[in-house]
Amino acid sequence: MTRELITRRAAVVGAMSAGGLILAGCDKLSQSPTFQSMLEGAEKLNLHGQRLVLTSTAPLAHEYQASDISRVFKANGTINPESADYRRMAMAGFPNWKLEIGGLVKKPLSLSLEELRAMPSRTQITRHDCVEGWSAIGQWTGVPLSHLLAQAELAPNARYVLFRCADDLEQSSNGSGLYYETIDLVDAFHPQTIMAYAMNGQTLPVPHGAPLRLRVERQLGYKMAKYVMRIEVVDDFSKIGLGRGGYWEDRGYEWYAGI
Amino acid sequence: MALDVADPTANRAIRKTRTGRDLIYRHRFFVRLTHWLNVLCVALLLMSGMQIFNAHPMLHWGIKGADTDPSVLSVYAEDQLEGPPIGWVQIGSAKFNTTGVFGVFKDKDGFLSGRAFPWWLTVPSYQSLAEGRRWHFFFAWLFALNGLAYLVYGFVARHIQRDIAPTKSDVRGIGRSVLDHLMLKHARGEAAKRYNVLQKFAYMSVIFVLLPLMIITGLTMSPGVDSAVPWLPEIFGGRQSARTIHFIVASLIVLFIVVHLLEVLLSGVFNELRSMITGWFAVPPEKSK
Repeated sequence: MTRELITRRAAVVGAMSAGGLILAGCDKLSQSPTFQSMLEGAEKLNLHGQRLVLTSTAPLAHEYQASDISRVFKANGTINPESADYRRMAMAGFPNWKLEIGGLVKKPLSLSLEELRAMPSRTQITRHDCVEGWSAIGQWTGVPLSHLLAQAELAPNARYVLFRCADDLEQSSNGSGLYYETIDLVDAFHPQTIMAYAMNGQTLPVPHGAPLRLRVERQLGYKMAKYVMRIEVVDDFSKIGLGRGGYWEDRGYEWYAGI
Repeated sequence: MALDVADPTANRAIRKTRTGRDLIYRHRFFVRLTHWLNVLCVALLLMSGMQIFNAHPMLHWGIKGADTDPSVLSVYAEDQLEGPPIGWVQIGSAKFNTTGVFGVFKDKDGFLSGRAFPWWLTVPSYQSLAEGRRWHFFFAWLFALNGLAYLVYGFVARHIQRDIAPTKSDVRGIGRSVLDHLMLKHARGEAAKRYNVLQKFAYMSVIFVLLPLMIITGLTMSPGVDSAVPWLPEIFGGRQSARTIHFIVASLIVLFIVVHLLEVLLSGVFNELRSMITGWFAVPPEKSK
């Protein structure tokens, strides 16, 4: 056997210590803002890549059969908002609750559950994909968001639809943990984007966002805000919350959650 | 480096080592570049993938699946009335105690942690689904573009047709090659200038089956992609099946890497590393009778 400059043992030991160094380096990189913004570049590719395919044909998310509905639909995030106001409304069955629609609209609206239920509705059995990796199938009934936005009439500079919610997962005292979400007009006017007040044929239960939740079927679960109290049309979300467009977005998740 | 004029196909000994062995130019620049970029991407994809898996350490079959649904694999920590928790890996109906490695392990700081994959296998090492996803998607794009560049180059430069596609005579010699592998016998002389048949089949499966399957099953987990290409989840039997296949194929890639590295160790680390870094490979001389 000829003399080797790198012995097998040296190679294995070297690879293992290099692995250790790389691991430590990855953690440092993972917390560096410059490196994070480089990694975030992929989100733009995901968004524009998917939009290229999704807007040109405007496909619907697959709709399933009633027999596909999950026996247990996992309720994630907040399952019972803590605020006294919300508790009081939920106990009474939301009789005086109103959905406010405002911001960059010509005709701000204030709608009760009764009024929402009297509007045109859409029922769809869809797959809910959580960012964590699991999927559940449920049936949702609600008012198409496009109908509500048409009633309110968008101002010309309208760009995003903002959902303000009653749940505060962090139970912050100053409201900094209040859930919110934003979607752009492409998703807002998609036919399957609805404000759901019923699930599996029943009144929307509290763990799933009573009295009203958003369904954006071509994105991940965290986009589908529960406990929606107010819809605001905005031209920019950089001044809202931490400026990334949503509760989970402010905590590091992508604004575009199509993957 | 763009002008890589040496012709590997000629397999001419252009140089000699100090010990008098023939040096041949085995790997061209573009193959070396894409190989090492692929090493970087696959390593980080595996590690960030395990970070993502930790957010829901279960695999299901079919269109749906969550905590209370049946699982084909799950990793979990079981608390004990007394003493530390136990880490379990459940595969089908079998259950393995993996305390210390999977399910329950000592964290970097020595504290017991109840996650599926241990800190030294994930990127970042601490639990962060959000950061894991960012690493994963960035390197997924780099991996896909690098793979595409390799394929285009590989076919245009005829690297795939000439060096990797098994020939008829290769296939006829498959029995011999299996025997050689089992006896850890490595090619010498003329035969060492080419890939052996098992090696060719392994590379073909990785390049044309496993790596593309990773991309396709990965895309199938995207609700956006699924709405545009509804037959995609169907060919895998649903989104959760696609997720499970993504995991199985990743495991097969790990198996390939283990064997690949083992072969590098057995056939001469220095020579193999030199050839993948500089291109030059010293041909082991025929054994003198």
